[in-house]
This record gives sequence, structure tokens and C-alpha cells, in this order.
Amino acid sequence: MGGWLRRAPGSLRGLRHLALGSPASAGRGYQLPHTDLTVTPEEHVDEETYYQLYPGHIPTSPLQKALLSAGSAFMALYNPYRHDMVAVLGETTGSSALRSLRDKMRHDPEGYRILQERPRIRLSTLDVTGLRGLSDGTFGREYVRFLDSNRVSPDTRMPVKFVDDEELAYVIQRYREVHDLMHTLLGMPTNMLGEVVVKWFEAIQTGLPMCILGAVFGPVRLNARKLQILTMELIPWAVQSGRNASCVLNFYYENRWEQTVESLREEIGILHPPAI
Amino acid sequence: MTKSLHFLPLSSCPKYMECPPHTCPVHLTQYPVFQQWPMPAAPEGMNRTVVILQVVLHKWIPESNSVFFWFAEAGFQLAGTEVSHDSELRYASAKFTPLPKMAASIGVAACRALHSRCRGKLLSKGRGLFSGARCLVAEGETNFGFQTVSEAEKGEKVYRVFESVAKKYDIMNDSMSLGIHRLWKDILLHQMNPYPGTQLLDVAGGTGDIAFRFINYVRSQWEHQIRQKLKSHQNLSWQEISKSYEEEELKLPGGSQVVVCDINREMLKVGKQKAQHLGYSKGLSWVVGNAEELPFNDNKFDVYTIAFGIRNVTHIDQALQEAYRVLKPGGRFLCLEFSQVNNPIVSRLYDLYSFQVIPVLGEIIAGDWKSYQYLVESIRRFPAQEVFKAMIEDAGFLKVEYRNLTAGIVAIHSGFKL
Repeated sequence: MGGWLRRAPGSLRGLRHLALGSPASAGRGYQLPHTDLTVTPEEHVDEETYYQLYPGHIPTSPLQKALLSAGSAFMALYNPYRHDMVAVLGETTGSSALRSLRDKMRHDPEGYRILQERPRIRLSTLDVTGLRGLSDGTFGREYVRFLDSNRVSPDTRMPVKFVDDEELAYVIQRYREVHDLMHTLLGMPTNMLGEVVVKWFEAIQTGLPMCILGAVFGPVRLNARKLQILTMELIPWAVQSGRNASCVLNFYYENRWEQTVESLREEIGILHPPAI
Repeated sequence: MTKSLHFLPLSSCPKYMECPPHTCPVHLTQYPVFQQWPMPAAPEGMNRTVVILQVVLHKWIPESNSVFFWFAEAGFQLAGTEVSHDSELRYASAKFTPLPKMAASIGVAACRALHSRCRGKLLSKGRGLFSGARCLVAEGETNFGFQTVSEAEKGEKVYRVFESVAKKYDIMNDSMSLGIHRLWKDILLHQMNPYPGTQLLDVAGGTGDIAFRFINYVRSQWEHQIRQKLKSHQNLSWQEISKSYEEEELKLPGGSQVVVCDINREMLKVGKQKAQHLGYSKGLSWVVGNAEELPFNDNKFDVYTIAFGIRNVTHIDQALQEAYRVLKPGGRFLCLEFSQVNNPIVSRLYDLYSFQVIPVLGEIIAGDWKSYQYLVESIRRFPAQEVFKAMIEDAGFLKVEYRNLTAGIVAIHSGFKL
């Protein structure tokens, strides 16, 4: 059959634009040459592969994004252990929220520095033993204590795949890496209850639809007692803190390991957590 | 005439299976379906001499075919008809006079032989795949979906794809094809129609779908046979009854055996677990092996199947040759594979579904977008039904036919080793 068979989804232009998105809108920014792709002139390669904006980027059409959002939302609820589904949901639904977050970061001097320098929180860059050596009550020490007691690692964050802008991809990656630090600052463990509380805080702070959905649907899986504690004490505190605090992404946490947790909380504007 | 006459296009003669070698004159018939064509008379007189000459020469100077081709072409032009140089020349008009017709058929045969030689050369250098507007790939390179990679790399990449999808393979098959893949596999088994005692080799059979269906089919055939015997008032003798109990315990009815061969250990692992779970243990063996170099002796199996696996093989022609080698004479080659859709409406919908929905399903259910992107791209890269049929014939199979399922989304190719 002719070569047009390979062109998805065929020669219906309107449908194609819906499905593929017109090439111009597939993502601003320059084209990064994909390292393991050799394109010969006469060969038709799927248009989307030209628009890889950062390593790990998978360009998607509007239709695919819609399907991904619906599917990942369902899967995240059905199987809460699928953290990658939560991540995908965040990426596909968060474009406007991410843009406002990025603007907030640009207007703050520390946030602007973060956007310029693009620090990443990874085990390879963290000096874990050094942090463990800090005195109790400091941010660094408490963070490492949190990692140890909950047996998590900062390397388990999913890389970004479906955001069609390279700077916004960094913003959402930073948000994911700061999530663990939020747990420390809010004093919440990584069980379902703690996660829901952190989600409420983040929903107010960032406005990401994924956080809002997680905050609203998360409590579905909690038992009655926990639900009561949640609604009576934790959620009001989380909402108030969220409103009171300045944007959490505007803090260069890597420079603040020696600061005490209390002073950092004051600086950000998080109210003192209630005892669970 | 002697057997040596069959040097020349054996694979192009669909009548071959009906004539034992020692009595058959050379039939140079035309494609595609021999029922439509009267069998041409055995060559006589001048034609016979020409044919014998061609055969003898071909044995030592294969390129001599082209000489006869020009002759045939001249013959055509004398008779005032067109000659197509296309390797897929099928029909000659019935209004040919005998000499040009013979010349035409010689021409066709020569053309085919020439083309199969050329194709053989191309294929042996691992050039891409054939059909319509596919681009030519440089030597030593092949296609991995829409990417171009070296041949060594393709094997490794494919291995990694299947290693990562192995656990969710069956769930993904069900969700991508909406369960229709079960029907396709059932139709394959019905076409195979095995009887108790058949030895099956299922290549790229990882999770064992075909193998399990084969076992069920053979068992039900056996039971059917027993019931027939009872119905026709042939009471089973005591020995037969005890034998049937024995066979049920030790092996499959009639001594059938299935060997599931796959290059990927993860897929075989999943298959073994499934077998244990579903209770299939007798007559089933699991072997790690490469379809291009099967670890079996010659002439061993009655049926060779490869379901949705051959498009992942780096050298398809080698896999076909290996299939030819391990089959017994009289054995059957069956290939179930995604193919080209003929209907334009279905084709557009299929493309839309493939490129938009399937990778999304892969991401959501299996957490793996790229493997399913590779899957849909590799389907587009696979040769069309007719081209693949020609490849099978080149490997030496006869009576090669194909059958489209679901408007051509899937095709079953079948050939015999004779």
C-alpha cells in the first residue's frame, strides 16, 4: 500500500490536526535532535518525533493527552500504588497551573535563581552522611530522618514525559522533588493520611488539577476514624497554611539544610502542625 | 523426464505437489490461482528443446535466464501484447498462440527466477523490507519501527521491549485488540486442524497462547474420535480403553507434542507460569531459541507456527529457511501476523486507533509508552500480504496461500514443505 498508510491518522486533514496537533503547536522551543534516530530524507518519520524538547519527552496530540488524563485518573484511583499514573495525570492536566507557577517563580528573586540554575535533588547530589551529621532540628537532619523512617528515596521520582514546554517540564520536576521536603516541613508521614494532607496543602499552593483531584478523592480510601481526624483538624490546618504560605517553590532548599525546621516554617508561612 | 527438470522455478509451480517428480513434465503455469488456469500441455517439439536448454543452462549459468527472458519478450512483441517487467506479473492473456504463450510462461518463469535471485541477494544483505513506497535501507541496517538501526542493535532492542512488556503482555493484548486476538488465534487453530499425534513447533510463542489452544484442540479431537467410534457401534476393546486412560495420564492423546520456542526468557517464564496455573503440563516443552537459528534437527515437526512474532525477527528470510529446515516433508508452515489493510476507510480508522490510542493504553496499563509505539510502527513496516507470500515461496514452500482476517488487519499465511 502507499506510503500514506504510515502517516497517522491518514489524509483527513481536520482529523489529523485534532489528533496530531498542527506541527507549530506541538511545542515551542528548538528541536532537540533525538540521539538514536537517523532520519533519511525520503523516509517519512512520524512528525511527533521531531519535537522532542528534552530527554524523555514524548510529544503527544491533544487527543492523546485527553485519553491519558482520563485513563491515568481512573488507574490512579483503581490502583493507588501506581505513582506513575499520578505523575502522568499531573503532567497532562497541569499546563495552565504550571504556567502560573512559573510566573510566580520568575517574579521572586530566589525562584528566578532556581529557574536559572535548575538544581535537582538526587541521591547522587545529596550529601546524605553530611546531612545526617547535622544537629537535630535542622532541616537537613529532619529530611534524612524522614527518608530513613519512611524508607523512600529522592530517586524514585518519575521523569517528565508529556509536558510540551521545556521550562514547564523543569517546574513540574522541581515540584515533584520538593514534595518530599513538604512532607518534612509539614511533619506528615507517607501513609495515605499524610499524603492526602500534603495534597491539600499543595492543591492550595500550586493549583495543579492533579493535586485537587487527589485531595478530593484521596480520602475515599480512608477509614472512618482517620477521616474524622482529617476533616476536623488536619484539613483546616493544611488549607490555612497553604493560604498563608508564600510559594514553596521559591525557596532554594539546597542552601537551607542548616536552617532549623521551625525557622524555615516561619519564613515560608506554614503554621505549626497539629499532633496526630 | 528426470527430476533434474525441476531445477527451474519449482516454487513457481503450484501444480508440483500433484505430480510426483519422476513423472512430471515441467509445468510453467502462471499465478495466482492455478484452478483458474488450464494446466498447459507438456512442452513438445521446439518448445521442449527450449525448456530443456533453459533448465540445463540455469543449473550452471543462472544469469542465462535473462537471455530467455529477452527471447520471451521478443516473442510477446511479435504476438503484439505487452510485457510487464514487474516481478508480480500474474496473467497472460488467453488469446496467446501456443508459441508466445510458452514464451510468455518461460519469460515469466525466467523473470521470477531472476527476480528471486535479485531479491535473494538483497535479502541476504539484510536490506529492509519490501513493499510499495518503503525506503531502501543501507546495507547492514534495518528498521526498528520507524527508526533505522543496525541489525545487531535491532535484536537487542526487540529483546528489551519484550522483556519489559512480558508481565502485562496478555492484558495488553486483550485491551488493544478488544479481545479479538483470541478469535484470530482460534481461527489459526481451525485452519491448522491438527489431529492427535501432530508435532507442533510454536516459534515466538512466548506466553503459550497457540500451544494451549493446540492442546485443547487435540484433546477435543481425540474425544470426538472416541465418541464417533462408540456411535458407530464399534465398541472399544479393553486394550483401547486402557490405552486411552494411560495416554491421558502420561501424555497428550496420540502422542502429540508441542514445543514452545522463544528468544526471550521473560516471555517463556510468563508462559510457564500460565501453563502451571491453567493446568497444562503434558506434552509441552519450553525452549529458548532464535528463530533465525533454531536448536532443532532437520525434518522434525509436522506444523510450524509463528503468531505475531515474525515481524520482530531481524532476518525474516533466515527464519523462513529455518522453518523449512525443521519441518518434515509434508509439514505445514503457518504464520499469523499483522498485515496491510485494503479497505481505505478501515485503514484510516485503524491508523487513528493504532497511533493515538495504543501507546496511551500502553502507558496506562503497562507503564510503557515506547514499547507500544514500537509495536504499531513495526506493524506498518512489515511487508504486505503478497510480498510476504513471495518471501515464503522463496524459502521453498509450496502451495502458499494467505487469508485476510478483519479486513486485512491480520493475515494467516500458509505453506507446505513437499
